[in-house]
Amino acid sequence: MQNSVSIRDLSLNFGSVKVLQHLDLDIAQGEFIVLLGPSGCGKSTLLNCIAGLLDVSDGQIFIGGKNVTWLEPKDRGIGMVFQSYALYPQMTVERNLSFGLRVAGMKKDEVERRVARAAEILQIEPLLDRKPANLSGGQRQRVAIGRALVRDVDVFLFDEPLSNLDAKLRSDLRVEIKRLHHRLKNTMIYVTHDQIEALTLADRIAVMKNGVIQQLSDPHTIYNKPVNLYVAGFIGSPQMNMFEGTLEGTTFTTADGTVVSVDTYDFAAPSNGPIQAVLGVRPEHIALGEAAAAMPFSIDAEIEIVEPMGSDTLAWTKIGNKAVTFRCDSDVVIETGQMVRIGFDPARGSIFSAETTNRL
Amino acid sequence: MSQISTMASVSPAPTGAAVEPRGPRPKPFFTPRKIIIYSILVMFSLYYLFPLYVMFTTSLKTMPEIRFGNIFSLPTAPSFDAWVKAWTSACTGLTCEGLAPGFWNSVKITIPSTIISIFIAAVNGYALINWRFKGSEIFFAILIFGSFIPYQVFLYPLVMITREMGIFGSLQAVIIVHTVFGMPILTLLFRNYFASLPQELFKAARVDGAGFWRIFFEIMLPMSLPIFVVALILQVTGIWNDFLFGVVFAGTQNYPMTVQLNNIVNSAQGTPEYNVNMAATVLTGLVPLAVYFVSGKWFVRGVAAGAVKG
Repeated sequence: MQNSVSIRDLSLNFGSVKVLQHLDLDIAQGEFIVLLGPSGCGKSTLLNCIAGLLDVSDGQIFIGGKNVTWLEPKDRGIGMVFQSYALYPQMTVERNLSFGLRVAGMKKDEVERRVARAAEILQIEPLLDRKPANLSGGQRQRVAIGRALVRDVDVFLFDEPLSNLDAKLRSDLRVEIKRLHHRLKNTMIYVTHDQIEALTLADRIAVMKNGVIQQLSDPHTIYNKPVNLYVAGFIGSPQMNMFEGTLEGTTFTTADGTVVSVDTYDFAAPSNGPIQAVLGVRPEHIALGEAAAAMPFSIDAEIEIVEPMGSDTLAWTKIGNKAVTFRCDSDVVIETGQMVRIGFDPARGSIFSAETTNRL
Repeated sequence: MSQISTMASVSPAPTGAAVEPRGPRPKPFFTPRKIIIYSILVMFSLYYLFPLYVMFTTSLKTMPEIRFGNIFSLPTAPSFDAWVKAWTSACTGLTCEGLAPGFWNSVKITIPSTIISIFIAAVNGYALINWRFKGSEIFFAILIFGSFIPYQVFLYPLVMITREMGIFGSLQAVIIVHTVFGMPILTLLFRNYFASLPQELFKAARVDGAGFWRIFFEIMLPMSLPIFVVALILQVTGIWNDFLFGVVFAGTQNYPMTVQLNNIVNSAQGTPEYNVNMAATVLTGLVPLAVYFVSGKWFVRGVAAGAVKG
């Protein structure tokens, strides 16, 4: 199948600052790709390059098989939604939606038809005569999505579209964007720093750092099999527990002497001699009580702090000298100072080389 | 215990000291802060209003009353004769047609200069922020540097340039000169204002396919009313009050009001008619005065909007 968007060896420098470095990315037709990373990692820059709002320093961009590297934004077949909505304040919603079509010189009845369709899809028909100032944040963002929708483009670009909304609206609109994607089946490229948005929306996530894609994979793989320490630490809240230590064969010894047998772990390449390594275990993969005793590794530990989150409970404890968080059912009664048995299966964990930070 | 507390609450201030604090805190009217602020404000307003008062009352007096010497007194029999004379028949050099021709000359100079300079500066500011080109920062720096060079340095070269263009001593010449000299400050104003507008609006318009002029006229201009008002005030008052460029470039038949006012006030013949002079001066100052009165609120708002971001 032909790729919808292809990025070949893309580089972008602002003066001596390298924002994007030799970046390659292929996005399939109808795929929902999320570019995820902290601020300053180049994800928005990459999106602006795809949109044609920034000139690239090197490399090529293909959209729908056509080389668009030198094309104007309007000729690339893209629609874009911005974080600040970027609605034209002096125009009504209807004029906002139709602006691009009017610029293109489209016939009036066709403009009306498309605006009506977008308004129907996004349920903003009652708002068409209002000015953006009289809309709530969620309504504004809907209009902004509508503006991309009327253009009838192949590729949608979202630049942190939900970051200016409050938590409740954010989760509502998140579901709506997903529904929209199911209905329209367009290619969507979505930039965010919110890992929940990334994990819930994406077909594939590209985790970025310093202008380089660290890992490009489906959410499940990104979460459970991060390729390096950076991805492991960035995804997941609370963070993955990281034990530093030495790995010799299938025996992992933490810095303070706790020995963990990791023979259930699926090594990509078996290592021989003792090497410095980091063992990562997600908080929800740590079991408690009887379940812990059944795990390949288990140990007694004292509870330090308990954080009930409603849906589940986070507990802080220590293995050796290392602070550890684990997640348990909210019905489990645990108290500060209580001694509990905790354990985990290294097969569900991740082991990284301390030297290269890559997954072993 | 209760005795002590009663005493403590009564002793410092007998009136209202026993009131339990509740609701908004009472704000006394005469605080040292307010007294200082208001006395300074009153002092400065008197400083500026007194001359206006003297000019206005003098213009309503007759010459004998003025010669009496009591310049702060109110006119005994107010009359607008001096105003009529200043407008229609005071002598400006060789002709004695009053200020009226000068007023219309000033209008003919101010309106086109204001419109042209503001339009060009708005496009400049917009291009400098949104369509950055190679060297746009240097271009801007040079433009700003231009505003630090004294006018006198440009005067002779400009005379030569306009003479070579064949427009020296005409309305076109003054209009061009005013437009050129308005450029640095106006461009700075518009550039800073456009910089304060969200960049994403511009990006959205580009994705929508709008070009340079379309974005300028349909997106940027409708959002720029405050800064246009500021530019308008700056230019109208600046150009209206200009003397130097008017006297050098306009030619005798196009002398603006300021030049003709000078000719009335400084005429060497006869006794100086102070009432006519005062009336002529107030008449000349009416336009800028009106502009400030009408748009004062907008002016402050626009200056704040344009000046904050560098």
